[in-house]
Amino acid sequence: MIINHPILGPRDAQEFTYLGDASLLNRPDWQANDAADQFYNYQYLRDNPAGEHRELWFHEQGDRSWLVVTRNTVTHEISKVELASDVARKEGRSK
Amino acid sequence: MRFSGFKVIKEALTGHKGWGPQWRNPEPKPHYDFIIIGGGGHGLATAYYLVKEFGQKNIAVIEKGWIGGGNVGRNTTIIRSNYLLDGNEPFYEFSLKLWEGLEQDFNYNAMVSQRGILNLIHSDAQRDAFTRRGNAMILNGADAVLLNAEEVRAEVPFLNFDDARFPIKGGLAQRRGGTVRHDAVAWGYARGADQRGVDIIQNCEVTGFRIENGVCKGIETSRGFIGANKVASAVAGSSSRLMSKAGMRLPMESHVLQAFVTEGLKPVIPGVITFGAGHFYVSQSDKGGLVFGGDIDGYNSYAQRGNLPTVEDVCESGMAIMPMIGRSRLLRSWGGIMDMSMDGSPIIDKTHIDGLYFNGGWCYGGFKATPASGWCYAHLLATDTPHKTAKAYRFDRFEHGYMIDEKGMGAQPNLH
Amino acid sequence: MTQKNRLTGGLIDRTKPLEFKFDGKSYEGFEGDTLASALLANNVRLMGRSFKYHRPRGPLTAGSEEPNAIVELRTGNRQEPNTRATTAELYDGLIANSQNRWPSLKHDFMAINDRFSQFFAAGFYYKTFMWPAAFWEKVYEPIIRKAAGLGSLSMEADPDAYDKGFLHCDLLIIGAGPAGLSAALTAGRAGARVIMSEEDYICGGRLNSETYTLDDMTGTEWAAQTLAELQSLPNVRIMTRTTVIGSYDHGIYGAVERVSDHIAVPADGAPRQTLWRIYSKQALLCAGSTERPIAFENNDRPGIMLGGAVRSYVNRWAATPAQEIAIFTNNDDGHRTAADLAAKGIKVSAIIDTRADAPTSEHTTVLAGAKVKDSLGRLGVKQLSVELADGSIRNVSCEAVAVSGGWNPNVHMTCHQRGRPEWDENIAAFVPGKDGPPGLSVAGSAAGIMSTHGALTSGAKSAVAILKGLGIKAKAAKTPEAEDAPVSLQPYWYVKGGKGRAWLDQQNDVTVKDVKLAHQENFRSVEHLKRYTTLGMATDQGKTSNMGGLAIMAELAGKSIPEVGTTIFRPPYTPTSLGVLGGRAVGKNFHPTRKTPSHFWAEERGAVFVEVGNWLRAQWFPIAGETHWRQSVDREVLATRKSVGICDVTTLGKIDVQGANASEFLNKVYCNGFAKLAVGKTRYGLMLREDGIAMDDGTAGRMAKDHFVVTTTTANAVSVYRHMEFCRQCLWPDIDVQLISTTESWAQYAVAGPNSRKLLEKVVDREFDITNEAFPFMACGEITVCGGLRARLFRISFSGELAYEIAVPTRYGDAMIRKLMEAGEEFDAVPYGTEALGVMRIEKGHAAGNELNGTTTALNLGMGRMVSKKKDSIGSTLSERVGLKKDDALMQVGFKPVDSKEPVVAGSHLMAKTGEVNAAVDQGYITSAAYSPILESSIGIGFLKDGKNRKGEIMRAVNPLKNQTVFVEVVSAHFVDPDGERLRA
Repeated sequence: MIINHPILGPRDAQEFTYLGDASLLNRPDWQANDAADQFYNYQYLRDNPAGEHRELWFHEQGDRSWLVVTRNTVTHEISKVELASDVARKEGRSK
Repeated sequence: MRFSGFKVIKEALTGHKGWGPQWRNPEPKPHYDFIIIGGGGHGLATAYYLVKEFGQKNIAVIEKGWIGGGNVGRNTTIIRSNYLLDGNEPFYEFSLKLWEGLEQDFNYNAMVSQRGILNLIHSDAQRDAFTRRGNAMILNGADAVLLNAEEVRAEVPFLNFDDARFPIKGGLAQRRGGTVRHDAVAWGYARGADQRGVDIIQNCEVTGFRIENGVCKGIETSRGFIGANKVASAVAGSSSRLMSKAGMRLPMESHVLQAFVTEGLKPVIPGVITFGAGHFYVSQSDKGGLVFGGDIDGYNSYAQRGNLPTVEDVCESGMAIMPMIGRSRLLRSWGGIMDMSMDGSPIIDKTHIDGLYFNGGWCYGGFKATPASGWCYAHLLATDTPHKTAKAYRFDRFEHGYMIDEKGMGAQPNLH
Repeated sequence: MTQKNRLTGGLIDRTKPLEFKFDGKSYEGFEGDTLASALLANNVRLMGRSFKYHRPRGPLTAGSEEPNAIVELRTGNRQEPNTRATTAELYDGLIANSQNRWPSLKHDFMAINDRFSQFFAAGFYYKTFMWPAAFWEKVYEPIIRKAAGLGSLSMEADPDAYDKGFLHCDLLIIGAGPAGLSAALTAGRAGARVIMSEEDYICGGRLNSETYTLDDMTGTEWAAQTLAELQSLPNVRIMTRTTVIGSYDHGIYGAVERVSDHIAVPADGAPRQTLWRIYSKQALLCAGSTERPIAFENNDRPGIMLGGAVRSYVNRWAATPAQEIAIFTNNDDGHRTAADLAAKGIKVSAIIDTRADAPTSEHTTVLAGAKVKDSLGRLGVKQLSVELADGSIRNVSCEAVAVSGGWNPNVHMTCHQRGRPEWDENIAAFVPGKDGPPGLSVAGSAAGIMSTHGALTSGAKSAVAILKGLGIKAKAAKTPEAEDAPVSLQPYWYVKGGKGRAWLDQQNDVTVKDVKLAHQENFRSVEHLKRYTTLGMATDQGKTSNMGGLAIMAELAGKSIPEVGTTIFRPPYTPTSLGVLGGRAVGKNFHPTRKTPSHFWAEERGAVFVEVGNWLRAQWFPIAGETHWRQSVDREVLATRKSVGICDVTTLGKIDVQGANASEFLNKVYCNGFAKLAVGKTRYGLMLREDGIAMDDGTAGRMAKDHFVVTTTTANAVSVYRHMEFCRQCLWPDIDVQLISTTESWAQYAVAGPNSRKLLEKVVDREFDITNEAFPFMACGEITVCGGLRARLFRISFSGELAYEIAVPTRYGDAMIRKLMEAGEEFDAVPYGTEALGVMRIEKGHAAGNELNGTTTALNLGMGRMVSKKKDSIGSTLSERVGLKKDDALMQVGFKPVDSKEPVVAGSHLMAKTGEVNAAVDQGYITSAAYSPILESSIGIGFLKDGKNRKGEIMRAVNPLKNQTVFVEVVSAHFVDPDGERLRA
């Protein structure tokens, strides 16, 4: 596979390390009343779709960026690649 | 019809006219006591044991394509019970014992061949870990032998002992491990279940569940609604897709695992060998092909095919440990969808919906589990209580912190 | 003239005769021959035996689809089993042997199987060999295994090298037949970066095997002329002897170039083969098509071949399989064969054409509407029994038969990404579907365009269209005038009505009867058929046999062939050596070897090294007189604890953490507090995974307010860094922190023992005060050594002694270790290796890899209270789950044998002092063990249920693998200096 890195351009997927569903960006608030339940959901449950999937890849053999790659799990077609930090900010994460 | 040597000779002499269908192609009935979704090894075994061991009747196995077409039809055929953890080892040992009597039980030669499995050891830390594992196996009633480097060499002298990047320092062997002709497992269970009245319905896709007031009443299919008292999912890599139709999110991801076979060769490898310094396992089929595999590709996939880097990675490990296979040729590679769970161990449990049951999360170890999985699932379906060897395979173990993590990799499915 | 069947003409070089041996007998061929063509020229038709029935077999084809003529090529450690004689290029001195026969190819004892074939019908083995149960492994299976398999491995390591390479192009053209050549010409002239691959050793494809003209040239001449122009274009790379084996995601293709297989031994330094990963923007499949046979009784005798193959042998290789040949066809191709044979002066016995309206032939009798019922001839065909249109039987004598059943487009590559082919009624064959891999187009006969003219024009047109999509203007290369005959074919798959066996899959011995039996037993999906009968599972993967099987299945099921569908096409396209897939990663080069800066120094000291991940670390340093490793290790431990020892700890992961929020960041990733760590101080840190399980431990030294140096274990250096970057970029994107891995930037040495400070004072520059008061336990700081060399000093201890770790830039690592040893001479300083390091850490009860095994929590490690509840850190919430906080949770403790002469064995399980021994009463396990020379006893640490409340209890450490039981006492894991007085000294 080839991942079109938003900074570096097309790179072989072999340069990257895979983590999983990009929902891992949405780490819950530890002080929420139902924090235990939220963390369980966050850590263990997955949509695991057959189709479009937003997922985290780390450019380990490259610039060490974490990327959010939107990829179809049936065809492996990649439709979007973003810097994870940009996505995280957009989703309201900060410090 | 019973298979026997006598019958084979008789048919051979009379033009094979007496062989009938090994299973029927019935039309679905409007209602069953039990519907098992998934005509793979686990689903068919469940149906078989539901009748044979638990005396149940009125059972259907619903298969989207053709039976045995999932992971039971594309795996590396290995059986073993060399597990470490309490939640797993008794279950897999139960499975291995069932394998040992399976062919006589279902009257089908699945070529269960206990030629042994050998896990190679390449470091002191690995020896410590394998010592703990081997002892756990013995303490659970299984067999295990710890070999030193010389003993390994005596048994498999063709491995790379003299020029290895990671020298072989020993091995943990399970002599009762081995291989099984994988397709025959599906066919044997199918035939056995069919003979006992189970309806095996192929080319019937489940499109939804009919759930009323928290109770599952049956399934919607491409061939219409089929009612059931109990509906049981056994669809491996398709688990998330199927259970999402019941509104469930599962603790698993679907990944592609590639496997490989070479051209046929005269016998070279006695049993199963696994490389401990790279991920590689190999055996030789009765037809002569080296059957081998390694790591999953590592990304979520339903494609049933993989990519070249993994092929290379697996073959590099193979060449590293067995440099004499360089001039043999890869004949075919294929990919299956693995239901990779969050701790690498399976789930056999009720769901929060009455009448809906789940079996999945086998990662890439489902084949060896087939008999016990079927038995334990049948136990759960028939009695609504877990079998004693499958008690740990609960949905809620993640919520409550009772993970069964053989590899110690945590909640990252592609590392299990 | 020994080459009895050699003809005139052909693409062989008669000035270069080559000697070769088959089954020990010498023959002569010419350069340009394949092994099969040379054997045929020498009137040798028998080249192999089939898998199950050991039937005598000759070549069916002239290409990579060959099921029968497979041999062991070469000898010794280069012996290569299952090599297709039809593609093996002849070289001088070639040695080949037939396989799967005993004692000889002509007299094969196992051919007895053929007599009893009725007992070996499809699936027979599933129905028997079950009694008694133990007999499978002991009796039946060994017999089956012995009989199974084809060729054999030498069992010696492959002596040849294999390379891997990467290529990039605008357009990859797969196949250099008429379609590929005209596409390459079009794209090459337009300036596109083109790679054209061809599995054959010459370009041209069928043009080299047919006698049609292109304009006024022969096909070979046109191909050569086109190739010459392509070779002149710098933007075109032509790769012959190169098979594209698979289509992978995003335009990546795998290809194997057989660099040296056509010569006896690779040239010095040259690889045998190279695996190319080709990154293409677009690809064009011009892989041609494969002819298929018509099944009839005993259609597998040597001499019975495909018509196109006969033309190839006669036209391209000037080698005829026989002097009298019969033709069996369902289409005009058979007549083409007759014309070509006649032109070479070979007698054509008859054309047996299944079509009632078959055309006549000027060369021989045409038996229209006839079919071949049977054949005769033990080691080669001698006669056909033909049923004429009127039902009468006529015997036709012949020494070979050219069978033409139509051609199947080579759609494989279009299906590698799960695309499905479509049925084309006009040619009665599957053609590529519309759901092939993105970026892959198809031209020529691979697309079902079967004429030469069609191939040429479709190649050129496809190239124009593809380049347009890439923004490159191209003009279709002018195509020469060429044959443009329509396909005239009557689908005809097998001859009905006979009682004998008609072969579909010749290698695996699958017959029409087997397919019928499978159907009878309800194996009615194509996948069931394949698996039950093994149809298409041989080394040719059914390239010539699958279609026949499908057609018969369709007929039996009353369905159309497309309704039945095909099995899945999987890579590789043709069998691919494992050697080339492994490449250079063999032997010691399996993984890179990482050496620390002190490696050569350690080597000089005679160190024994051990693999730690990809690192090599000194395990111990034997000195004269030591004969056992324990002597060395005990000495190193004692000397260190007595005076001072030095150990290379460079392999520990090092991560530089800088930024205004550095302390807050570490406070989030470590479960214990880091917010208030003072500058100049180091703290032990435990990192949890988000699931609450311990991930790694190490230290973090605060070099400045906004600067920490974090260490990780050697094993987790990479994963911890990745995890910290995840935290930084994905969880807290605005946190002001930057991370960089500096593992390779610093050489680091532990200096441990009561005299370590004295030693270091000799090395550290005077302006830095490292007295206990100025630089107490857990201090850290930037210093200089040896007169101004930048260094870092940490007062941390893994051994439990007064100890430091000193880091210098990597390039000074070698000098530093020598300097330290020199400065230590007066204290009798010893270097110590990983074994002594391990002993001392077990003596101190420090957790390491064996304890941080991915299933243990802070609580298990005896550090439960370290997990701060006052802050959010990774893993803190989920570590509170009930299953991780059980009352009787495993706790890390120490173990001492009751009898100090007995060993503690890592991996032993813990049982109560008395009572039963089994998994149900398992109390825990020993993780690490060592001999402590200080305590003069074996000791261990491990995890015990409710361990902290069981000190003093006597337990059994059982090791049933070795029938061993040792009574041990539960003790504190801190065997040495439990109060830590030494390290604070």
